[in-house]
This record gives sequence, structure tokens and C-alpha cells, in this order.
Amino acid sequence: MNEKEIEILEILEENARIPMDVLADMVELSVEEVEKTIKRLEEQNIILNYSSVINWDKTSGKDGVAAMIDVKVTPKREVGFDEIAERIYRFPEVKAVYLMSGAFDLSVQIEGKTMKEVAFFVSNKLSTLDSVLSTTTHFLLKKYKHDGVIFEPEQKDKRIVVSP
Amino acid sequence: MKHVQQQYISKTASQLKPSGIRKFFDLASQMDNVISLGVGEPDFVTPWNVCEAGYASLESGYTAYTANAGLLELREEISSYLLEQFSLHYSAESQIILTVGASQAIDLAFRAVINPGDEVIIVEPGFVAYAPAVTLAGGTPVSLETKAEDEFKITRESLEKAITKRTKAILLCFPSNPTGATMSESELKSVTDVIEKHDLLVLSDEIYAELTYDETHYSIARINGMRERTILISGFSKAFAMTGWRLGYVTGPEEIIAAMLKIHQYTMMCAPTIAQHGALEALKSGREDLERMKKSYRQRRNFLVKSFNNIGLSCHMPGGAFYAFPSIQATGMTSDEFAEKLLEEERVAVVPGHVFGAGGEGYVRCSYATSIDSLQEAVKRIERFVSRHQQA
Repeated sequence: MNEKEIEILEILEENARIPMDVLADMVELSVEEVEKTIKRLEEQNIILNYSSVINWDKTSGKDGVAAMIDVKVTPKREVGFDEIAERIYRFPEVKAVYLMSGAFDLSVQIEGKTMKEVAFFVSNKLSTLDSVLSTTTHFLLKKYKHDGVIFEPEQKDKRIVVSP
Repeated sequence: MKHVQQQYISKTASQLKPSGIRKFFDLASQMDNVISLGVGEPDFVTPWNVCEAGYASLESGYTAYTANAGLLELREEISSYLLEQFSLHYSAESQIILTVGASQAIDLAFRAVINPGDEVIIVEPGFVAYAPAVTLAGGTPVSLETKAEDEFKITRESLEKAITKRTKAILLCFPSNPTGATMSESELKSVTDVIEKHDLLVLSDEIYAELTYDETHYSIARINGMRERTILISGFSKAFAMTGWRLGYVTGPEEIIAAMLKIHQYTMMCAPTIAQHGALEALKSGREDLERMKKSYRQRRNFLVKSFNNIGLSCHMPGGAFYAFPSIQATGMTSDEFAEKLLEEERVAVVPGHVFGAGGEGYVRCSYATSIDSLQEAVKRIERFVSRHQQA
């Protein structure tokens, strides 16, 4: 992976909607070269998706709850944690699954419409899986920062408007 | 009442011209929806660990004066930083003073070396404070005009031309505010024998040393025969996004630093203590943040300079600092007209080149220390403006 590719990835990670010609100028490549690079990075599954960070708390008509669940599991011979992780991440309500070091094995992020829905998922779908030994559910109360984005940012430029 | 008060003001102060930037500040601050490319400081806020170090110093009760020259620990850190980054050897004990921004260091240096009638060569277009600082110290500023065709670097010829019998010193600032010009090792070496021949003192303002994008900065103080005659000025404002902390430093030959320290101890006591603690953290673990900011400036520079050339404002590629200095000659306007009309018609603030002295007319300074989104919008507006006013 060369320096320009990393630079392109860094810029896209921060702003996936940047116009191609601007991006090309920033990294001193032609638009064609940048487009080709991005296409290749997509094909290689290095760029997986372009998503937005949304503060749903500010919207109305779409309420939901989110929780992070610490899951202890028994790893299986040959496949380790991968098999049980897949059985968990296949559920559409599961937003993220990470293998962790420390007191538990998998960190599972889930979103549901109501607390009841999340509780139902934990007791009926997650806990009942064979390899799952225990779960601890933490409900998320407020998002301050997500994926590097601060949710209530003071975006104002505090500099004076013209200076030497 | 007003004219009565006027009589109390010193001749020096009343003859001092107000900075041309002031006018644009007043105009721009009264308007809404202005995109400012007129800001001479980073758009990043100070890295959080540096701010934390500032808080921590207050919590630990570091609220008193430091030594006149500044915290010894910080001077030691600066000494090893200068060695590591720029291969410069300066003693923490006797050759470094922490100052209130690089600005105070410039003032101190001139006050320590200028006698009435001494001439100081100022490279222009250049930072607005140099010439007044010379005047305030009792000297005479002499302009050395640099040109776009030389990429705003000084040449032997231009230097020779500016030197007279009374020339005492030359002030260099590379990378340059406002042109972004840099001077490489060989370019510097092509003029140092002239400096030696005329036995000039060099004041080298290297506040933008960390912000070079194509070549690593090379300090003139590294060159044989220059170290003994160079006062090196730098600070934390630009590299570590710490403008508001007001912390700079000056290094140089021991005797000159001792003379500056005498003035400093009577007029300033010491640089702010909290800022010194922040700076210590910046030097110890600020490199990663610095590189991150630098990368971002470089990307924005590439975009802005390319865009200016595309829309008919010819612009050299600046090697450092965070300013583009495009020519506005295609519009036939003076830099004042250009800046004023652009602000009125398109709400984009730039700084007219003439405020930076000789050679600045016909150019405007545009800072790219602003978000890429704002830069894109600014380019759109400037393009509209230029095509409306372009001369047939």
C-alpha cells in the first residue's frame, strides 16, 4: 500500500462525499488515477462502505435504544471464536461485533426500537446460542462521540476573521 | 479634548502607520457569511494533551514566575529539539530565552542590536511587524524586494543592492509569511558569502520551519560562518497550533542572548508559565499531531494553488507556511480594490499584498488554514468574481 493510497483512505474516512476533482488535487493525482485507485480499494474490500454519522436524538419519529452486550462464549476447536461471532453478527439488529481481550470475549452492539425488543433479543436469541456462557447488557444513555465525530460540537471558528 | 491628548503621544508612536490588515478586519467582521482566507494562524485548536498539560500545571500550583529565560526543563527540551530536527547546537543554560510569542523575540533582538541610524534589511513581501519593530528600536528598515519570478527568494544581486555602509543586519523569514517561499540549503549558501563579506548580523525568523511540504527546512544557522552571526527566532504558534498561548523563543550567540535577556528581564520578566508547561508537553509528545496537521495543510495547499491557476490567478507553489500568494494582475485591479470588492461582492476575505511591503502589490495573501469545505466554496466564489472582472 503506497502513501497516496493511505492518504486517499484517510481523506475518504473523514469525508466520503468529497468531490473527486478536489480529492485528486489534494493528493496531486489525476481524477482518473484517483477513481481507479478507489475502485481497486473497493474491489479489494478495503473500502467497505460509505456511511453517514447521524445524530438520531435530534430527529423525531424514529426512536430507538442501543445497548452494548459483553458476551462470554466457549471457543470451538478449529474455528475459535469466528463461528459464534458469525452466528451473532448475522442478526440484522446487531450493529457491531468485536472480539475483545479481557474479562469477556465478544462485544456486541445492538439497536432496537424499544428496551423490550433488546431484552427479547438477549434472552431469546443471544443467550440461547450453544456457545454463549453469559451476557451482560449495558444500555447506552447518550452518545457524545462516535467514529471520531463529536455529537454536540462547538463548530464555531474562534479565530479573529483577519490577522497578520 | 482630543487634540490635547494628541500632544502627549510620542513622535515615534504617532508616526507609526497602522497595519493595513486592520481595515479588512473591521470590514470583514461586520459582515455575515464571510469565508475568511485572511487568518494568519492554524485552524486547528491546540492538541488536547497540550491543553491538559496547561490545566495540570495550574492544578499543581505552577502559577508563579519562572526564571527570566524560562523553565530550564523547557530550554533543555528546546535544545534537544533543535538538535534533532534541525541539527542546531544551542546551550539550554546560556543561549535560549522563552519569549511572549516570536513577536517579542523580534522586538528584543532589534532592541539589543540596533544603534540609531543602523539599517536593517527586511525581505519583502514580508510579515507586517518587522519594519515597525526596526523603527521602534531606532533603526531604519530597508526593503529588499523579492519577485515572483524568483519564487520570492532572495538572490545575491537583490541582496547586494540593498546593502549600504550603514547596514547592520538582515531579517530573513523562510518559510515566508505571506509568500510561502522557502530557501533550500544551496539557495541559502548562494547568499551567505555576501552576508559574511559585509559582516552583517542575521535575524532568522523560522516560525514556520516545521511547515514545509516538499523539502525539509534547512536553517541558515547551520551554515559555516553563519551560526556566530545568526539570531534564530521561532515558537510554538504555528507548528503546534498554539498562537493564543503566546510562546516563542530565541537562540543565538551567547553575548547577544545575554544582552536580550537584560532587556527581557526588565520589560517582560518571563514568558507565561502556563504556556511554558503546555509547550513542554508539545515538544515531548506533539510530533504525531504536528505531522497530522502538516499533512492536512499540504493537501489543502495542493488544492488551493491548483484551483487558483485553473481560474486564471497565476500562483507559484509555496514550499511552506500556510499561505498561497496568487497574482491578481489578470483582473487589472490593485490588491486593495480586489480584496475590497471580493469581500463586498462575494464575501471572501483575503489580505491585499501591498500591506506586506514592496513587491506585494498585484498579489493577495490567501491562507489555506481553513477547512477544505470552506476552501472549495471560497474558490467557487473567487472564480465567479474573477470571471466577472477579468480584463478582455
